[in-house]
Amino acid sequence: MLEFKNVTKRYNNEKAAVNKLNLKIEKGEFICFIGPSGCGKTTTMKMVNRLIDVTDGSILFEGKDINQQNPVELRRSIGYVIQQIGLMPHMTIKENIVLVGTLLKWSNERKDERARELLKLVNMPEEFLDKYPHELSGGQQQRIGVLRALASNPPLILMDEPFGALDPITRDSLQEEFKKLQKELNKTIVFVTHDMDEALKLADRVVIMRDGEIVQADTPDEILRNPANEFVEEFLGKERLIQGRPDVTTVGQITGGSPVTVQPRTTLKVAIATMRDKKVDSLLVVDTGNVLQGFIDIEAINLNYKKASYVDEVMETEIFSVTEDSLLRDTVHKILRRGAKYVPVVDDQHRLTGIITRAALANIVYDTIWGDGMEFENTAAEVE
Amino acid sequence: MMEFFASHGNELLIKTWEHLYISLAAILLGIIVAVPLGIFLSRVPKFADRFISLIGVLQTIPSLAILAFFIPILGVGKIPAIAALFFYSLLPILRNTYIGVRDVDNGVVEAGKGMGMNNWQSIMKMELPLSLPVIMAGIRLSTVYLIGWATLAAFIGGGGLGDFIFDGLNLYQPSLILAGTIPATILALIADRSLAILENKLTPEGLKDSYKTV
Repeated sequence: MLEFKNVTKRYNNEKAAVNKLNLKIEKGEFICFIGPSGCGKTTTMKMVNRLIDVTDGSILFEGKDINQQNPVELRRSIGYVIQQIGLMPHMTIKENIVLVGTLLKWSNERKDERARELLKLVNMPEEFLDKYPHELSGGQQQRIGVLRALASNPPLILMDEPFGALDPITRDSLQEEFKKLQKELNKTIVFVTHDMDEALKLADRVVIMRDGEIVQADTPDEILRNPANEFVEEFLGKERLIQGRPDVTTVGQITGGSPVTVQPRTTLKVAIATMRDKKVDSLLVVDTGNVLQGFIDIEAINLNYKKASYVDEVMETEIFSVTEDSLLRDTVHKILRRGAKYVPVVDDQHRLTGIITRAALANIVYDTIWGDGMEFENTAAEVE
Repeated sequence: MMEFFASHGNELLIKTWEHLYISLAAILLGIIVAVPLGIFLSRVPKFADRFISLIGVLQTIPSLAILAFFIPILGVGKIPAIAALFFYSLLPILRNTYIGVRDVDNGVVEAGKGMGMNNWQSIMKMELPLSLPVIMAGIRLSTVYLIGWATLAAFIGGGGLGDFIFDGLNLYQPSLILAGTIPATILALIADRSLAILENKLTPEGLKDSYKTV
């Protein structure tokens, strides 16, 4: 799909900004370039759509050398998202989204349809089409920035720290949304970032660069488990390396026991009895197909005991749950941030399969520390 | 007053028209030359600063002297008057165009380029519309100045309201001086207002919140 062959870039005969870089990127791959500033990651990316010209070597895009192609047409066939977002302030959201379509002289109907279609992808209502960029929040603007890159359905999208300027919560949700979108649409992504967490979370392969050269190009797990050298270790930081183990654990692996459940049409009296029996203060409400409906706790029952008689009248339907195959490293953070006492685990059809309690999390942390300690003792013993 | 209008009314209208004609012609020429030149300069920033300061130095030559310089080249009459005024209209328009285009948000320009805009599309679709408020401010400034300076055109036989002022000075008739001054002032005010309205019309909808000029 995209191949770098001995690519070198020199500015004014100085030391090479990118030096003899070789890399092959497969279709549908999500590649993150990461490294300290000045390592050549942005230069590498911008050479792909010829915003910067290659000094030596060649880049093949879908088998064709990009230097043989008209730069303007090449850029129209590659999506591009930048940190400053760069929406045209004098154009409506619709005009912004289909900008490439305008350049390619699409008909108005086609542009209209495409804009609507794309806006649906990020669950934004159609009213936004006629708004102007300054009326949108930063997160919404960058969503539009991403849609704009998708407009002409390019197979490859280049992204230059696209979420770098957003606040952490917005960034988090945009990352998740985007990763989902990428999987759905099967796009190849070249993503430049300086945020290691972002790279580990999004990438299929992380390319760590220093001084214009690739230090290591591997999957996030492989990098965490086998950092190539000290530079990578330092760049990852000790904390992440220690976290390396639970990083690959999925929620399913630590899900414990059977949660105490109750059916929606149960009377409150029975619900209280169940709570007393099982010594819990809240119950998960599931229907006959074991699909999670909500939860009910002792406070809610207390408050509504006189008014209501059935569980489904007082249950809280806004419930935070996680899926079995989500990674623990993403989940722990969310559980802690929400201050939840427990989190129900569901499968892809929202059927309840288990529960994670704070005690289970404490066990994981304990195992991690203790496990590492054991290894350390073993090696010490061997040395003796 | 009535007496004055009775004797000079017709002449006043003709002179006002001449005045407007000279200044607007100079301004239009100025726009035609300075706007493209300003865009060009924004592409060569190193050269641009020197070039603009050079124009700035030329601009400090007293306007009467400039008018006089044009006599040997273009003779007397409207043409040299327009040429001299055109010369004065350049700097404000040129500088504002250059600064306006240069200061268009880098991110927007890079995004446009990365989307595959060619140079022409980049200018017409992004840089000009986005710098329009700044360019218009330069044009307004130039216009108001030129309408004032156009009174000097009378000095080299260009006509306009300056004729009244010079006649008034020569004949010691304050009423004639006022007859030249007041319409020139009113013209300048009207021109400024109409350009403000035009600017507001031309400013892209999405920019109106950030640039309020009227």
